[in-house]
Amino acid sequence: MSTIFVLYLAMGQPEEKVWNGLFWMIQLFICVNAVAKSFLQESRGRMLYFYSIAGARDFIISKLLFNAVLMILMSLVSLVLFRLLLGDPLQNAGKFVGIVSLGGCSLSLVFTFLAAIAARAQQNAAMMAIMGFPLIIPMLLVLMKLSNTAFADVLQAGLWQLVLLMAGLDILVIALAIILFPFLWKD
Amino acid sequence: MRRYWWKILSIVLLLYNCIAGLLVKLPQQVAYEESNMYESMRNFFFHVPMWFSQFILITVSLIYSIRYLRRSDLRQDWYAVEFARTATVLGCLGLVTGSIWSRYTWGAFWSNDPKQTGAAIALLIYFAYFILRNSMTDMDKRGRVAAVYNIFAYFLYIPLIFILPRMVESLHPGGLGTEGNPGLSGSSLDPKMRMIFWPGVLGWTLLGVWVTTLFYRVRLLEEKYATA
Repeated sequence: MSTIFVLYLAMGQPEEKVWNGLFWMIQLFICVNAVAKSFLQESRGRMLYFYSIAGARDFIISKLLFNAVLMILMSLVSLVLFRLLLGDPLQNAGKFVGIVSLGGCSLSLVFTFLAAIAARAQQNAAMMAIMGFPLIIPMLLVLMKLSNTAFADVLQAGLWQLVLLMAGLDILVIALAIILFPFLWKD
Repeated sequence: MRRYWWKILSIVLLLYNCIAGLLVKLPQQVAYEESNMYESMRNFFFHVPMWFSQFILITVSLIYSIRYLRRSDLRQDWYAVEFARTATVLGCLGLVTGSIWSRYTWGAFWSNDPKQTGAAIALLIYFAYFILRNSMTDMDKRGRVAAVYNIFAYFLYIPLIFILPRMVESLHPGGLGTEGNPGLSGSSLDPKMRMIFWPGVLGWTLLGVWVTTLFYRVRLLEEKYATA
Protein backbone atom coordinates (compact mmCIF):
# COMPACT_ATOMS: atom_id res chain seq x y z
CA MET A 1 0.00 0.00 0.00
CA SER A 2 2.73 2.42 0.95
CA THR A 3 4.56 1.53 -2.27
CA ILE A 4 1.53 2.58 -4.26
CA PHE A 5 1.37 5.85 -2.35
CA VAL A 6 5.07 6.48 -3.00
CA LEU A 7 4.46 5.73 -6.66
CA TYR A 8 1.66 8.27 -6.64
CA LEU A 9 3.90 10.88 -5.10
CA ALA A 10 6.63 10.16 -7.60
CA MET A 11 4.66 9.73 -10.78
CA GLY A 12 1.42 11.64 -10.43
CA GLN A 13 -0.81 10.21 -13.10
CA PRO A 14 1.15 8.18 -15.64
CA GLU A 15 -0.04 7.22 -19.08
CA GLU A 16 -1.60 3.87 -19.91
CA LYS A 17 1.44 1.77 -20.70
CA VAL A 18 3.36 2.98 -17.69
CA TRP A 19 0.30 2.49 -15.54
CA ASN A 20 -0.01 -1.09 -16.70
CA GLY A 21 3.68 -1.85 -16.24
CA LEU A 22 3.73 -0.32 -12.76
CA PHE A 23 0.61 -2.19 -11.78
CA TRP A 24 2.06 -5.60 -12.59
CA MET A 25 5.38 -4.77 -10.98
CA ILE A 26 3.53 -3.93 -7.78
CA GLN A 27 1.56 -7.17 -8.06
CA LEU A 28 4.81 -9.09 -8.37
CA PHE A 29 6.24 -7.54 -5.22
CA ILE A 30 3.04 -7.96 -3.25
CA CYS A 31 3.03 -11.58 -4.29
CA VAL A 32 6.65 -12.21 -3.34
CA ASN A 33 6.10 -10.61 0.04
CA ALA A 34 2.74 -12.11 0.89
CA VAL A 35 3.05 -15.59 -0.56
CA ALA A 36 6.69 -16.28 0.09
CA LYS A 37 6.10 -15.71 3.78
CA SER A 38 3.58 -18.51 3.94
CA PHE A 39 6.28 -21.16 3.92
CA LEU A 40 9.32 -19.27 5.09
CA GLN A 41 7.74 -18.10 8.31
CA GLU A 42 6.55 -21.48 9.48
CA SER A 43 8.69 -22.82 12.24
CA ARG A 44 9.93 -26.39 12.21
CA GLY A 45 7.67 -27.27 15.06
CA ARG A 46 4.58 -26.06 13.32
CA MET A 47 5.52 -27.90 10.13
CA LEU A 48 5.79 -31.07 12.18
CA TYR A 49 2.37 -30.39 13.64
CA PHE A 50 0.86 -29.96 10.18
CA TYR A 51 2.60 -33.12 9.14
CA SER A 52 0.97 -35.05 11.92
CA ILE A 53 -2.56 -33.84 11.25
CA ALA A 54 -2.66 -33.74 7.43
CA GLY A 55 -1.16 -35.47 4.42
CA ALA A 56 1.21 -33.73 2.05
CA ARG A 57 -1.40 -33.43 -0.71
CA ASP A 58 -4.03 -31.84 1.52
CA PHE A 59 -1.43 -29.51 2.90
CA ILE A 60 -0.24 -28.17 -0.45
CA ILE A 61 -3.78 -27.90 -1.81
CA SER A 62 -4.85 -25.85 1.17
CA LYS A 63 -1.77 -23.66 0.89
CA LEU A 64 -2.41 -23.07 -2.81
CA LEU A 65 -6.07 -22.24 -2.20
CA PHE A 66 -5.38 -19.91 0.69
CA ASN A 67 -2.64 -18.05 -1.15
CA ALA A 68 -4.70 -17.75 -4.33
CA VAL A 69 -7.61 -16.22 -2.42
CA LEU A 70 -5.28 -13.97 -0.44
CA MET A 71 -3.52 -12.77 -3.58
CA ILE A 72 -6.77 -12.12 -5.46
CA LEU A 73 -7.97 -9.97 -2.56
CA MET A 74 -4.66 -8.13 -2.36
CA SER A 75 -4.63 -7.41 -6.08
CA LEU A 76 -8.18 -6.16 -6.04
CA VAL A 77 -7.36 -3.82 -3.15
CA SER A 78 -4.31 -2.54 -4.97
CA LEU A 79 -6.36 -2.10 -8.13
CA VAL A 80 -8.80 0.12 -6.24
CA LEU A 81 -5.90 2.14 -4.82
CA PHE A 82 -4.30 2.41 -8.24
CA ARG A 83 -7.48 3.76 -9.75
CA LEU A 84 -7.90 6.21 -6.89
CA LEU A 85 -4.38 7.55 -6.82
CA LEU A 86 -2.78 7.01 -10.19
CA GLY A 87 -5.70 7.91 -12.39
CA ASP A 88 -8.10 5.70 -14.24
CA PRO A 89 -7.06 4.94 -17.81
CA LEU A 90 -9.20 1.80 -17.99
CA GLN A 91 -11.72 1.67 -20.80
CA ASN A 92 -12.98 -1.72 -19.87
CA ALA A 93 -12.88 -2.04 -16.12
CA GLY A 94 -14.81 -5.29 -15.85
CA LYS A 95 -12.40 -7.09 -18.12
CA PHE A 96 -9.44 -5.71 -16.23
CA VAL A 97 -10.83 -6.91 -12.91
CA GLY A 98 -11.17 -10.39 -14.40
CA ILE A 99 -7.63 -10.32 -15.73
CA VAL A 100 -6.31 -9.08 -12.40
CA SER A 101 -8.00 -11.91 -10.52
CA LEU A 102 -6.69 -14.49 -12.95
CA GLY A 103 -3.22 -12.97 -12.88
CA GLY A 104 -3.09 -12.69 -9.09
CA CYS A 105 -4.18 -16.29 -8.84
CA SER A 106 -1.49 -17.53 -11.28
CA LEU A 107 1.27 -15.50 -9.65
CA SER A 108 0.38 -16.81 -6.22
CA LEU A 109 0.26 -20.44 -7.41
CA VAL A 110 3.74 -20.31 -8.92
CA PHE A 111 5.20 -18.50 -5.95
CA THR A 112 3.56 -20.80 -3.44
CA PHE A 113 5.25 -23.80 -4.97
CA LEU A 114 8.56 -21.99 -5.33
CA ALA A 115 8.34 -20.97 -1.69
CA ALA A 116 7.84 -24.61 -0.81
CA ILE A 117 11.04 -25.45 -2.68
CA ALA A 118 12.92 -22.50 -1.24
CA ALA A 119 11.88 -23.39 2.29
CA ARG A 120 13.81 -26.62 1.84
CA ALA A 121 16.98 -24.84 0.75
CA GLN A 122 19.10 -22.58 2.86
CA GLN A 123 19.16 -18.82 2.20
CA ASN A 124 15.46 -18.93 1.44
CA ALA A 125 14.67 -15.37 0.51
CA ALA A 126 17.51 -15.12 -1.98
CA MET A 127 16.56 -18.47 -3.50
CA MET A 128 13.02 -17.22 -4.02
CA ALA A 129 14.27 -14.34 -6.12
CA ILE A 130 16.71 -16.43 -8.14
CA MET A 131 14.21 -19.17 -8.95
CA GLY A 132 11.13 -17.02 -9.16
CA PHE A 133 11.99 -14.28 -11.58
CA PRO A 134 12.93 -16.30 -14.66
CA LEU A 135 9.91 -18.55 -14.18
CA ILE A 136 7.47 -15.72 -13.63
CA ILE A 137 8.55 -13.53 -16.56
CA PRO A 138 6.67 -15.53 -19.22
CA MET A 139 3.53 -15.32 -17.11
CA LEU A 140 3.94 -11.59 -16.59
CA LEU A 141 4.44 -11.12 -20.34
CA VAL A 142 1.16 -12.87 -21.09
CA LEU A 143 -0.59 -10.92 -18.34
CA MET A 144 0.65 -7.56 -19.58
CA LYS A 145 -0.38 -8.43 -23.11
CA LEU A 146 -3.78 -9.45 -21.82
CA SER A 147 -4.28 -6.38 -19.70
CA ASN A 148 -3.22 -4.07 -22.50
CA THR A 149 -6.44 -5.07 -24.22
CA ALA A 150 -8.43 -3.55 -21.37
CA PHE A 151 -7.20 -0.08 -22.28
CA ALA A 152 -8.92 -0.06 -25.62
CA ASP A 153 -12.55 -0.50 -26.46
CA VAL A 154 -12.01 -2.74 -29.43
CA LEU A 155 -12.13 -6.43 -28.85
CA GLN A 156 -8.86 -7.92 -29.99
CA ALA A 157 -8.55 -11.29 -31.60
CA GLY A 158 -6.70 -13.95 -29.71
CA LEU A 159 -7.81 -12.68 -26.31
CA TRP A 160 -9.52 -15.90 -25.34
CA GLN A 161 -6.56 -17.85 -26.53
CA LEU A 162 -4.39 -15.98 -24.04
CA VAL A 163 -6.91 -16.41 -21.24
CA LEU A 164 -7.02 -20.12 -21.96
CA LEU A 165 -3.23 -20.24 -21.97
CA MET A 166 -3.12 -18.62 -18.54
CA ALA A 167 -5.80 -20.94 -17.17
CA GLY A 168 -3.95 -23.90 -18.66
CA LEU A 169 -0.73 -22.80 -17.00
CA ASP A 170 -2.56 -22.50 -13.67
CA ILE A 171 -3.90 -26.02 -13.96
CA LEU A 172 -0.44 -27.26 -14.92
CA VAL A 173 1.11 -25.61 -11.88
CA ILE A 174 -1.54 -27.05 -9.56
CA ALA A 175 -1.09 -30.53 -10.99
CA LEU A 176 2.69 -30.36 -10.72
CA ALA A 177 2.47 -29.05 -7.18
CA ILE A 178 0.18 -31.89 -6.11
CA ILE A 179 2.38 -34.51 -7.73
CA LEU A 180 5.73 -33.13 -6.64
CA PHE A 181 5.06 -31.77 -3.18
CA PRO A 182 5.07 -35.14 -1.35
CA PHE A 183 8.72 -35.54 -2.41
CA LEU A 184 9.64 -32.23 -0.83
CA TRP A 185 7.69 -32.97 2.28
CA LYS A 186 9.27 -36.14 3.61
CA ASP A 187 12.27 -35.34 5.69
CA MET B 1 34.65 -50.27 -31.68
CA ARG B 2 31.24 -51.54 -30.75
CA ARG B 3 31.02 -49.27 -27.72
CA TYR B 4 32.25 -46.02 -29.12
CA TRP B 5 30.98 -46.01 -32.67
CA TRP B 6 28.54 -43.25 -31.83
CA LYS B 7 31.34 -40.97 -30.70
CA ILE B 8 32.99 -41.36 -34.10
CA LEU B 9 29.59 -40.86 -35.71
CA SER B 10 29.11 -37.60 -33.83
CA ILE B 11 32.49 -36.26 -35.00
CA VAL B 12 31.84 -37.31 -38.58
CA LEU B 13 28.39 -35.77 -38.56
CA LEU B 14 29.62 -32.49 -37.09
CA LEU B 15 32.50 -32.28 -39.59
CA TYR B 16 30.05 -32.95 -42.41
CA ASN B 17 27.68 -30.39 -40.95
CA CYS B 18 30.36 -27.70 -40.74
CA ILE B 19 31.85 -28.31 -44.17
CA ALA B 20 28.60 -28.77 -46.02
CA GLY B 21 26.97 -25.94 -44.10
CA LEU B 22 29.62 -23.54 -45.34
CA LEU B 23 29.76 -24.82 -48.89
CA VAL B 24 26.23 -25.68 -49.94
CA LYS B 25 24.39 -23.40 -52.33
CA LEU B 26 21.59 -21.62 -50.49
CA PRO B 27 18.08 -21.70 -51.90
CA GLN B 28 17.75 -18.56 -53.99
CA GLN B 29 14.19 -17.84 -53.01
CA VAL B 30 14.39 -18.07 -49.24
CA ALA B 31 17.78 -16.50 -48.70
CA TYR B 32 17.73 -13.70 -51.26
CA GLU B 33 14.29 -12.93 -52.58
CA GLU B 34 12.03 -13.21 -49.56
CA SER B 35 14.33 -12.12 -46.79
CA ASN B 36 17.38 -10.08 -45.93
CA MET B 37 19.41 -13.01 -44.68
CA TYR B 38 21.59 -13.71 -47.72
CA GLU B 39 24.66 -15.71 -46.80
CA SER B 40 24.06 -15.27 -43.07
CA MET B 41 21.39 -17.91 -43.49
CA ARG B 42 24.16 -20.46 -43.18
CA ASN B 43 24.06 -19.82 -39.44
CA PHE B 44 20.89 -21.86 -39.52
CA PHE B 45 22.98 -25.01 -39.92
CA PHE B 46 24.85 -24.33 -36.69
CA HIS B 47 22.62 -22.20 -34.49
CA VAL B 48 19.36 -24.13 -34.72
CA PRO B 49 20.84 -27.63 -34.15
CA MET B 50 22.39 -26.29 -30.93
CA TRP B 51 18.99 -25.28 -29.58
CA PHE B 52 17.48 -28.54 -30.77
CA SER B 53 20.06 -30.60 -28.95
CA GLN B 54 19.81 -28.34 -25.92
CA PHE B 55 16.13 -29.18 -25.80
CA ILE B 56 16.77 -32.91 -26.26
CA LEU B 57 19.34 -32.90 -23.47
CA ILE B 58 17.14 -31.07 -20.96
CA THR B 59 14.42 -33.57 -21.76
CA VAL B 60 16.84 -36.38 -20.92
CA SER B 61 17.73 -34.50 -17.73
CA LEU B 62 14.02 -34.34 -16.89
CA ILE B 63 13.69 -38.10 -17.34
CA TYR B 64 16.61 -38.73 -15.00
CA SER B 65 15.10 -36.35 -12.43
CA ILE B 66 11.83 -38.27 -12.52
CA ARG B 67 13.71 -41.53 -12.18
CA TYR B 68 15.61 -40.14 -9.22
CA LEU B 69 12.40 -39.19 -7.45
CA ARG B 70 11.05 -42.69 -8.01
CA ARG B 71 14.12 -44.63 -6.97
CA SER B 72 16.25 -42.36 -4.79
CA ASP B 73 19.35 -43.60 -6.56
CA LEU B 74 22.00 -40.87 -6.42
CA ARG B 75 23.47 -41.84 -9.77
CA GLN B 76 20.25 -40.78 -11.51
CA ASP B 77 20.60 -37.40 -9.86
CA TRP B 78 24.16 -37.01 -11.14
CA TYR B 79 23.04 -37.86 -14.64
CA ALA B 80 20.29 -35.26 -14.38
CA VAL B 81 22.75 -32.56 -13.31
CA GLU B 82 25.34 -33.36 -15.92
CA PHE B 83 22.79 -33.45 -18.73
CA ALA B 84 21.37 -30.13 -17.57
CA ARG B 85 24.88 -28.68 -17.47
CA THR B 86 25.79 -29.76 -20.99
CA ALA B 87 22.42 -28.52 -22.21
CA THR B 88 23.07 -25.14 -20.64
CA VAL B 89 26.46 -24.91 -22.35
CA LEU B 90 24.79 -25.73 -25.66
CA GLY B 91 22.16 -23.10 -24.92
CA CYS B 92 24.89 -20.52 -24.31
CA LEU B 93 26.48 -21.48 -27.62
CA GLY B 94 23.08 -21.14 -29.29
CA LEU B 95 22.63 -17.70 -27.76
CA VAL B 96 26.11 -16.58 -28.82
CA THR B 97 25.79 -17.85 -32.41
CA GLY B 98 22.35 -16.25 -32.55
CA SER B 99 23.65 -12.90 -31.43
CA ILE B 100 26.61 -13.01 -33.81
CA TRP B 101 24.12 -13.67 -36.58
CA SER B 102 21.91 -10.84 -35.42
CA ARG B 103 24.91 -8.51 -35.46
CA TYR B 104 25.06 -8.94 -39.22
CA THR B 105 21.38 -9.28 -39.98
CA TRP B 106 19.72 -6.96 -37.50
CA GLY B 107 22.67 -4.67 -36.88
CA ALA B 108 23.31 -5.28 -33.19
CA PHE B 109 24.45 -8.14 -30.98
CA TRP B 110 21.50 -7.61 -28.71
CA SER B 111 18.33 -5.95 -29.89
CA ASN B 112 15.85 -7.01 -27.20
CA ASP B 113 13.94 -9.15 -29.61
CA PRO B 114 11.38 -11.39 -27.84
CA LYS B 115 13.28 -14.44 -29.05
CA GLN B 116 16.53 -13.23 -27.56
CA THR B 117 14.94 -12.35 -24.23
CA GLY B 118 13.15 -15.68 -24.21
CA ALA B 119 16.38 -17.56 -24.78
CA ALA B 120 18.14 -15.58 -22.07
CA ILE B 121 15.34 -16.29 -19.60
CA ALA B 122 15.49 -19.97 -20.50
CA LEU B 123 19.16 -20.00 -19.56
CA LEU B 124 18.46 -18.13 -16.32
CA ILE B 125 15.99 -20.87 -15.34
CA TYR B 126 18.75 -23.44 -15.56
CA PHE B 127 21.30 -21.24 -13.83
CA ALA B 128 18.82 -21.05 -10.96
CA TYR B 129 18.76 -24.85 -10.95
CA PHE B 130 22.51 -25.04 -10.35
CA ILE B 131 22.41 -22.33 -7.70
CA LEU B 132 19.58 -24.14 -5.94
CA ARG B 133 21.54 -27.39 -5.98
CA ASN B 134 24.66 -25.83 -4.61
CA SER B 135 22.83 -24.09 -1.80
CA MET B 136 22.25 -27.41 -0.04
CA THR B 137 24.78 -29.77 1.44
CA ASP B 138 22.82 -32.84 2.36
CA MET B 139 23.07 -35.12 -0.68
CA ASP B 140 19.67 -36.75 -0.43
CA LYS B 141 17.76 -33.58 0.19
CA ARG B 142 19.73 -31.72 -2.46
CA GLY B 143 18.91 -34.33 -5.07
CA ARG B 144 15.25 -34.36 -4.21
CA VAL B 145 14.72 -30.61 -4.11
CA ALA B 146 16.76 -30.09 -7.28
CA ALA B 147 14.82 -32.81 -9.08
CA VAL B 148 11.53 -31.25 -8.06
CA TYR B 149 12.65 -27.86 -9.33
CA ASN B 150 13.99 -29.39 -12.53
CA ILE B 151 10.63 -30.99 -13.33
CA PHE B 152 8.69 -27.87 -12.39
CA ALA B 153 10.97 -25.62 -14.42
CA TYR B 154 10.86 -27.87 -17.47
CA PHE B 155 7.10 -27.70 -17.68
CA LEU B 156 7.06 -23.93 -17.34
CA TYR B 157 9.89 -23.71 -19.87
CA ILE B 158 7.85 -25.33 -22.64
CA PRO B 159 5.26 -22.55 -22.87
CA LEU B 160 8.07 -20.04 -22.79
CA ILE B 161 9.84 -21.57 -25.76
CA PHE B 162 7.03 -23.07 -27.81
CA ILE B 163 3.90 -21.04 -27.16
CA LEU B 164 4.93 -17.48 -26.34
CA PRO B 165 7.08 -17.01 -29.47
CA ARG B 166 4.01 -17.73 -31.55
CA MET B 167 2.15 -14.89 -29.90
CA VAL B 168 4.52 -11.97 -30.08
CA GLU B 169 5.92 -10.11 -33.03
CA SER B 170 9.55 -10.83 -33.63
CA LEU B 171 12.22 -10.20 -36.19
CA HIS B 172 13.46 -13.76 -35.88
CA PRO B 173 13.16 -15.79 -39.09
CA GLY B 174 9.89 -17.65 -39.13
CA GLY B 175 8.66 -15.37 -36.36
CA LEU B 176 6.91 -12.73 -38.41
CA GLY B 177 3.32 -12.08 -37.52
CA THR B 178 1.31 -14.05 -35.07
CA GLU B 179 1.66 -17.38 -36.83
CA GLY B 180 5.38 -17.44 -36.23
CA ASN B 181 7.34 -20.52 -35.45
CA PRO B 182 9.90 -20.74 -32.66
CA GLY B 183 12.52 -21.13 -35.38
CA LEU B 184 12.51 -21.24 -39.12
CA SER B 185 9.30 -22.68 -40.43
CA GLY B 186 9.70 -26.13 -41.90
CA SER B 187 8.26 -25.16 -45.24
CA SER B 188 11.12 -22.82 -46.05
CA LEU B 189 13.63 -25.66 -45.94
CA ASP B 190 14.47 -27.39 -49.13
CA PRO B 191 15.50 -31.07 -49.06
CA LYS B 192 19.16 -30.22 -49.51
CA MET B 193 19.20 -28.02 -46.42
CA ARG B 194 17.38 -30.67 -44.46
CA MET B 195 20.12 -33.14 -45.35
CA ILE B 196 22.61 -30.87 -43.59
CA PHE B 197 20.39 -29.70 -40.77
CA TRP B 198 19.25 -33.02 -39.27
CA PRO B 199 22.72 -34.61 -39.17
CA GLY B 200 23.78 -31.44 -37.35
CA VAL B 201 21.07 -31.97 -34.73
CA LEU B 202 22.09 -35.59 -34.28
CA GLY B 203 25.78 -34.70 -34.18
CA TRP B 204 25.38 -32.02 -31.51
CA THR B 205 23.15 -34.28 -29.44
CA LEU B 206 25.63 -37.15 -29.57
CA LEU B 207 28.48 -34.80 -28.70
CA GLY B 208 26.40 -33.52 -25.78
CA VAL B 209 25.81 -37.07 -24.54
CA TRP B 210 29.51 -37.82 -24.90
CA VAL B 211 30.56 -34.76 -22.88
CA THR B 212 27.93 -35.60 -20.28
CA THR B 213 29.13 -39.16 -19.81
CA LEU B 214 32.68 -37.87 -19.38
CA PHE B 215 31.61 -35.49 -16.63
CA TYR B 216 29.53 -38.21 -15.07
CA ARG B 217 32.53 -40.51 -14.90
CA VAL B 218 34.62 -37.75 -13.34
CA ARG B 219 31.94 -37.37 -10.71
CA LEU B 220 31.88 -41.11 -10.04
CA LEU B 221 35.64 -41.08 -9.53
CA GLU B 222 35.38 -38.08 -7.21
CA GLU B 223 32.80 -39.89 -5.12
CA LYS B 224 34.98 -42.97 -4.99
CA TYR B 225 37.94 -40.99 -3.67
CA ALA B 226 35.77 -39.07 -1.26
CA THR B 227 34.47 -42.22 0.34
CA ALA B 228 37.71 -44.20 0.20
